[in-house]
Amino acid sequence: MDESSVLIGGKAGDGITEAGMIIARLFNKLGYCLYQYLDYPSLIRGGHNFAIIRAAEKKVGAHRDEVDYLLALNQDAIDLHKWRLKENSIVIYDSDEVKSPSMGGIGLPFKTFAEEAKAPKIARNVGLIGAFAGAAGIEEEVVEEVLRKEVPKSVDENLEVARRGRQGIEGREGMKVERRSYPCCPVVTGNELLALGLLRGGLDAYVAYPMTPSSGILHFLAKVADEFSIKVVHPENEIAVILMAQGFAYAGKKVALGTSGGGFCLMAEGMSLAGMAEMPLVVVVSQRPGPSTGVPTYTAQSDLHFVMNAGQGEFPHLVVAPGDAEQAFCWSATIVGLAWKYQVPGILLSDKTLSETAYSFNIEEARDVPDIKPVIWDGGGEYERYAPGDDGISPLAFPPWPGAVVKANSYSHLASGITTEDPREIEAVQDKLLRKEEGLRREVERLASVRTYGDENSSTALLCWGSNKGVSAELGEELGLRVIQPVVLNPFPANRFREALRGVDRTVSVETNSTGQLARLIRYHGFEADDSILKYDGRPFTVDDLESRLKEVAI
Amino acid sequence: MKPQDLATGAENTWCPGCGNFAILNAIKPVLADLDEEGLIPIENVVLVSGIGCHAKIADYVKANSFYAVHGRTIPVATGIKLANPDLTVICFAGDGDAYAEGLDHLIFAAKRNVDITTIIHDNRVYGLTTGQYTPTSPSGFKGRSTPSGLDVPPINPLEIVFASGGTFVGRGYSHGIDLLKEIFRSAILHRGFSFVDVLQVCVTFFNMYDYYNQRVYTLEDHDPLDGVRAQEKMKEWDYNSDGPIPLGVFFKKEATTFGDNFKKFNAGNSDLEAAIRKTLEGYI
Repeated sequence: MDESSVLIGGKAGDGITEAGMIIARLFNKLGYCLYQYLDYPSLIRGGHNFAIIRAAEKKVGAHRDEVDYLLALNQDAIDLHKWRLKENSIVIYDSDEVKSPSMGGIGLPFKTFAEEAKAPKIARNVGLIGAFAGAAGIEEEVVEEVLRKEVPKSVDENLEVARRGRQGIEGREGMKVERRSYPCCPVVTGNELLALGLLRGGLDAYVAYPMTPSSGILHFLAKVADEFSIKVVHPENEIAVILMAQGFAYAGKKVALGTSGGGFCLMAEGMSLAGMAEMPLVVVVSQRPGPSTGVPTYTAQSDLHFVMNAGQGEFPHLVVAPGDAEQAFCWSATIVGLAWKYQVPGILLSDKTLSETAYSFNIEEARDVPDIKPVIWDGGGEYERYAPGDDGISPLAFPPWPGAVVKANSYSHLASGITTEDPREIEAVQDKLLRKEEGLRREVERLASVRTYGDENSSTALLCWGSNKGVSAELGEELGLRVIQPVVLNPFPANRFREALRGVDRTVSVETNSTGQLARLIRYHGFEADDSILKYDGRPFTVDDLESRLKEVAI
Repeated sequence: MKPQDLATGAENTWCPGCGNFAILNAIKPVLADLDEEGLIPIENVVLVSGIGCHAKIADYVKANSFYAVHGRTIPVATGIKLANPDLTVICFAGDGDAYAEGLDHLIFAAKRNVDITTIIHDNRVYGLTTGQYTPTSPSGFKGRSTPSGLDVPPINPLEIVFASGGTFVGRGYSHGIDLLKEIFRSAILHRGFSFVDVLQVCVTFFNMYDYYNQRVYTLEDHDPLDGVRAQEKMKEWDYNSDGPIPLGVFFKKEATTFGDNFKKFNAGNSDLEAAIRKTLEGYI
């Protein structure tokens, strides 16, 4: 495949994220599909941040270990990543900050360039981009167009720094990045796509307390709140978040909230309340490694069973784990409809990899959003909030509605919403919740809730969920394996899963956790993972990682 | 509408003589009057309760309600108010509810000056869990979790709400329903965070009727707009000493409320997909 990988690294505060996005947009203009992995520790200044931009002529969903370009703003960027270099890789570094490395490379004084151009010091990153663009044969007009759009201030000074970088590289150009024909798409992070999907689903309000790696959703929605006429609230803590959200839901407003595992711990009582009071909520949980504070800015898939079971008592938990850009958008919109139709809390389960990776997103490939509507009261007779209806679904009314008294209740309740301790009524409440879950399960079976990739005739299947879809699908295609991804994990679409497994005699689950949570889940439903490939060092699988791990299990 | 129109069929399970009856019998005529006068139609009222004896009020008033969980009335009420500013949202919370489990929410609601009313059924004991101390129990209180006597003093909730920025601070007493009605009515009509601590007597676990009857008095010639004087009056009784106990509206202030700057929902955007495509253009 025709592709390039570029790593840019430096200290926190060097503008690595921004530089990575600029490089991604350069490739975007040249007709490539982008995947940008971002790696940063939990601090504000110092440490080592890097981005790996992988650009390919067709869709890719993971990064590689090896890079074609290593762009270094500090010494760490060389020392920590020289193992990634291939024979013909090009290294460009800031000679004002970095000792000339043993493997050679091109040193240019970017710090001096920035000073001479009277640009802020952070413009070193733009100088490096200018040099990279020169080395990769990317036209100067393309660079200028992207920089003019992306650089927030001192644009002319930044352009000058980029120009000096480009001049410095003259005569030492490397592999030229040829133009390709992938459609020029927006390059958007997973968090932004989850947010856009929620908006597409008709979101009215978003409530969240900041927590990495979910905060990107809060920041994005706060920024576009006026444009989309939504309310964005940041309350005192996660307990308030999920309770406030239920106030919105009670009053008829479609609401979502977002957090990571630690914040979700505080929301367990609210989950149970939403289960009993039948409040439709969308709860975005973006996972990071635990237990406890764990590793805040890295990735894991270790909260599946936690979110599926959060809250006392037995009530339906809808859990959806999108695995790529298009799924992030479509399923965020879909889960709003499902939560409102069945009046249940729906969990949109992401992780750091999906949330903070930037993807080329083609909205034309993300049009499959089913129109799922809530059941609204027709105004006839006396209103009862918990009236038994089809599939246990009670028609909704929202105050102020003259003639309707809307009584929501956390206690076991009568149809009217008044508290009860009568044994038959207690049973009726529980049966109603179970009927809703069964209806929801049937609806989920009708949706594209299990996806397959790779060679559909292969008798060996990789089982994956969430963000591991990208790397698994790519390798499935390359190695001729079948890949099966359940997107909805609860209620589990067992029929669809069985169908996807037809003709398979060996299964390998691929997960970023230490106990095999998907393997455990499917075992409960009568399926078996013969092998598990598990990774729990906070880093996602690269294509190379997974390929060598597959060899270890003799695939 | 008459107060009796607000009755539900639910059986009342409060103890005879419970102070909660006074709150129930005060709020019903206030709501009925506000509806009758065209000030607040009853369908625009939402009652939010926590968990505890007090919270059963949600079952006893035929009005919109959200019978929430312990300590969490205020965030639910805040969400409802933000979702629809046309609604009048009234929280009923206990002292354990608002001052222990949910104190963070109380402080933030006051700080935000969100336009809701919070009425605390402050009986200074956990009733439904059969007699443990609460944040407003006096020192020395012998409860089932502190049999040898509580060794810490109570908090003064009025001062906490005032210091946090609440714009309406009042205190009532379950003996004296006319004053209670008066305070409730002005609290509900006040625009901003209204807070009313009601000394509500638990006859079963902490019967304070005699104690209160000897010490309460109604604030007169008191200007609630005078913050300095209001604070002095709040300090007059610290929920521990034997000082005189003032009742009435201590403090009142006009201020902007939380959510004033939010746009109305769905002001534009009839075509969501087009708006999303437009936003995405910025990411190319």
